[in-house]
Amino acid sequence: MTDTKIALKPKDFETDQEVRWCPGCGDYAILKQVQTAMAQLALRPSDVAVISGIGCSSRFPYYINTYGLHSIHGRAAAIASGLRMANPNLSVWIATGDGDCLSIGGNHFIHLLRRNFDLNILLFNNQIYGLTKGQYSPTSELHKITKSTPVGVIDHPLNPLSLALGADASFVARSIDRDGKHLQAMLLRCEQHRGSSFLEIYQNCNIFNDGAFELFTDKATKADTALFVEQGKPLVFGTEAQYGIRLDGHQPQRIDLREGSFSADDLWLHDETDLYKAQLLARFFDDPRTTPNALPRVFGILYAAQRPCYEYDLNEQIAQQQAQKGTGNLDELLSGNETWFIA
Amino acid sequence: MPFQYKDEVTIKFAGDSGDGMQLTGNEFTGNTALTGSDLATFPDFPAEIRAPQGTTAGVSGFQLHFGSRRIFTPGDRCDVLVVMNAAALKSHLNSLKKGGILIANIDGFDHKNLRLSKYPDGDNPLQNGSLTDYELHALPIGKLTREALRESPLGTKDKERAKNMFVLGFLYWLYDRDMQSTIDRLNAKFARQPDILQANLLVLKAGWHYAETIETLGTRYRVAPAPLPAGEYRNIMGNEALSIGLIAAARQLQLTLFYGSYPITPASDILHHLAKHKNFGVKTFQAEDEIAAICAAIGASYGGNLGITGTSGPGLALKAEAIGLAVMLELPLVIIDVQRGGPSTGLPTKTEQADLLQALYGRNGECPAVVLAAHSPSDCFDTAMEACRLAVQYMTPVILLSDGYIANGAEPWQFPTADQLPQDWKVKFRQTLQADEVFLPYERDEKWVRPWAIPGTDTLTHRIGGLEKEDGTGNISYSPANHEYMVKVREAKIAGIADDIAPQTLTEGVENGDLLILGWGSTYGAIRSAVRDLIAEGHSVAHAHLRHLRPLPRNLGDLLRQYRRVLIPEINNGQLVKVIREQYLLPAVPFNKIQGLPITSAEIKIAALSLLS
Ligand code: SF4
Repeated sequence: MTDTKIALKPKDFETDQEVRWCPGCGDYAILKQVQTAMAQLALRPSDVAVISGIGCSSRFPYYINTYGLHSIHGRAAAIASGLRMANPNLSVWIATGDGDCLSIGGNHFIHLLRRNFDLNILLFNNQIYGLTKGQYSPTSELHKITKSTPVGVIDHPLNPLSLALGADASFVARSIDRDGKHLQAMLLRCEQHRGSSFLEIYQNCNIFNDGAFELFTDKATKADTALFVEQGKPLVFGTEAQYGIRLDGHQPQRIDLREGSFSADDLWLHDETDLYKAQLLARFFDDPRTTPNALPRVFGILYAAQRPCYEYDLNEQIAQQQAQKGTGNLDELLSGNETWFIA
Repeated sequence: MPFQYKDEVTIKFAGDSGDGMQLTGNEFTGNTALTGSDLATFPDFPAEIRAPQGTTAGVSGFQLHFGSRRIFTPGDRCDVLVVMNAAALKSHLNSLKKGGILIANIDGFDHKNLRLSKYPDGDNPLQNGSLTDYELHALPIGKLTREALRESPLGTKDKERAKNMFVLGFLYWLYDRDMQSTIDRLNAKFARQPDILQANLLVLKAGWHYAETIETLGTRYRVAPAPLPAGEYRNIMGNEALSIGLIAAARQLQLTLFYGSYPITPASDILHHLAKHKNFGVKTFQAEDEIAAICAAIGASYGGNLGITGTSGPGLALKAEAIGLAVMLELPLVIIDVQRGGPSTGLPTKTEQADLLQALYGRNGECPAVVLAAHSPSDCFDTAMEACRLAVQYMTPVILLSDGYIANGAEPWQFPTADQLPQDWKVKFRQTLQADEVFLPYERDEKWVRPWAIPGTDTLTHRIGGLEKEDGTGNISYSPANHEYMVKVREAKIAGIADDIAPQTLTEGVENGDLLILGWGSTYGAIRSAVRDLIAEGHSVAHAHLRHLRPLPRNLGDLLRQYRRVLIPEINNGQLVKVIREQYLLPAVPFNKIQGLPITSAEIKIAALSLLS
């Protein structure tokens, strides 16, 4: 990336390709926020590469005027890893979906996170297979009726943030397509984080899974079901900020501040560098539709910490070896240690 | 004592994994090279890691073939067999020629060893008269070693370890060798362990003196230097030659070499070799699986590196979809398949050539990629260079086939110097646009090759992907006519490479004749030796060996038609023969062996003679 800041507009990141998602799809909102974030970050389009796999979300690269590679199902993480190793100066973004990333690409996903390549992973989670027209996905809720589960899903749904933390992700966040401002802020933080930035974005598929996240966006229910965490702030939610989360030992507890047993001072303060607390927050995974007094779903940055990135360490090793041994003498390599002459 | 001169000799060292047979074999090989012999070697590792000591599953072998004439294979059958225990005898006696020298370590034939190697109770092959067809020298090697080290401060275990030096000294005497190369190497290796150094030197000399003293050795042997081209040589194994070839190619192309791989026998050594050469700027990446390995290589090529992945048959199967992506993206990529016995997990430590059809056709859709095959350990270098050249110059995946036999085999190599390598390979990335020009990622040159424009290049932002694309723009296209056109264009690009490769030549023999033996891959040495013999015996036979399997050399059909018969030996159930029959409508005759073992030149001679009669 060049240091010279250039004034860019979101429009500079649009391509001439007709966007082909279904009208009303949540992907449009995400696309707009990503283009805005890239402009905001003054990224030079030619220094950006967007890599995707297969699925509705994976059409993303075609609509962003940067370098882009629309690859094969599940493999974006592996391709992006190779690209980062080849050129650590690029800003690399992975656009992936719940099937692409967590099902067929699950293995690459965890290994990418563990290696902590310096890139951004945008997981468009719509809890359904859209492109193949409506089969359940690894994040679909139990008992869901879909084309491939006419009598209901019996697959236990995967918790992407817990999985990411289990793989030692260095940055784990969640946002939602309908909240442009929040999504925008999360995207900026992703790019600023050094390491694998994993952002799960709840995305509405209005064709095959409409309203999957409505409780988290609907005015009437949002405040009571969604908790937006901010660094250093207490965990408070509810239409009148009447609910909070406190820790009872290691047990998170939903409390009603109006009851008077606890005050705001008793609440858990969010610390995004605390891995243990992040793991608890990721476990706030109740389905508000079926669980009364559920723990709220957490949005924001659950965890962000610094640790080494694979590609920088790789280059460091190469530099060290070159400092020690020189940059490689081809003649010595060709001849090896022992030769003999035939007259 | 008289010296007998031999044209060629094959020696096999066999013993328990812990007996140091690979080291002994390599040491004798290094010494042999200095005498000017031509040679070839092949290690025969135990099939199982940590197989129980003393069992046939745990036997490790090393075969060396050397001579005063040109040597192309590690040898069909042995003149000398060294066995350190009963299991080694059981596993390898069938490879010893009648009348051959058998050197057996008596200490490895005690009750325990005999039982573990499943000889009938009370039956010791060294004593029961079953070995009268051979010149048997049964020596108490363990005991003699311990005696030689009576004064040594080493513990019993360490003393025991030196017994392979006894064998080496014994053979050095038998073949009238100067032991200095081994003495020098021991001095270097054990410079900081004087007790071990002393022990090894003592036992080495004890072996020599013992051979000199005992009366039973009637003859000593000498082998004159071979008519090798004058020059400087080194010994090289296939996987190492391949690795060096990749590094050299990257240098000449002025690209960073990126190697993504997942551990798999027998390809892992390429990863090990390359990982040692980080100072050449080589990036190695041990991926989480075979698919990640190739996808990372594709990502690296997309980013402007020379992306390479290496594997064996099962891994090639896993990589198929990603190879298809690289064909669609039209990015440089080299895929190395060091073949082993299949299908499925098959015979991981045994050799086979059964991935040819997989390499040629094993992908969804019309999916042409270049396919090359190396034919010997040192040829892996040239083939690796060629694979990288074609991948980059034609923006295409190239599959390079090697196999377990070549990968672990070794031979002398008259290596090139850096300035003898091609100097005009420097890659030209697409960098700029003319005024008003719109960048077309799939605009093609006269060879149907698209430009390589890498992320980070100003003004050339573009999108590519695995969906069918419009020619020129690279935009997604579902147009029926465009799809057919693109399929044909991708095919034409690969087919056109035939104009850029050398016409097929003969390795042995002359044009027009009774029989052409056509081979590919590791059958090279056996075919060439057989054809030399047949020609010497007056037969009208020739040998051609393919490096380029897709596209095939332009003149191949005409060449094949110059012979009455065409014989195609392969270590598979008949794969190249299918391609040749289909391509040229020729009644080529297959000769197949599918035992996880190389085809021998004797077998090829028999197959050839049956067609000649
Ligand atoms: S199927 Fe669903 S996810 Fe896919 S484009 Fe349509 S609305 Fe969006």
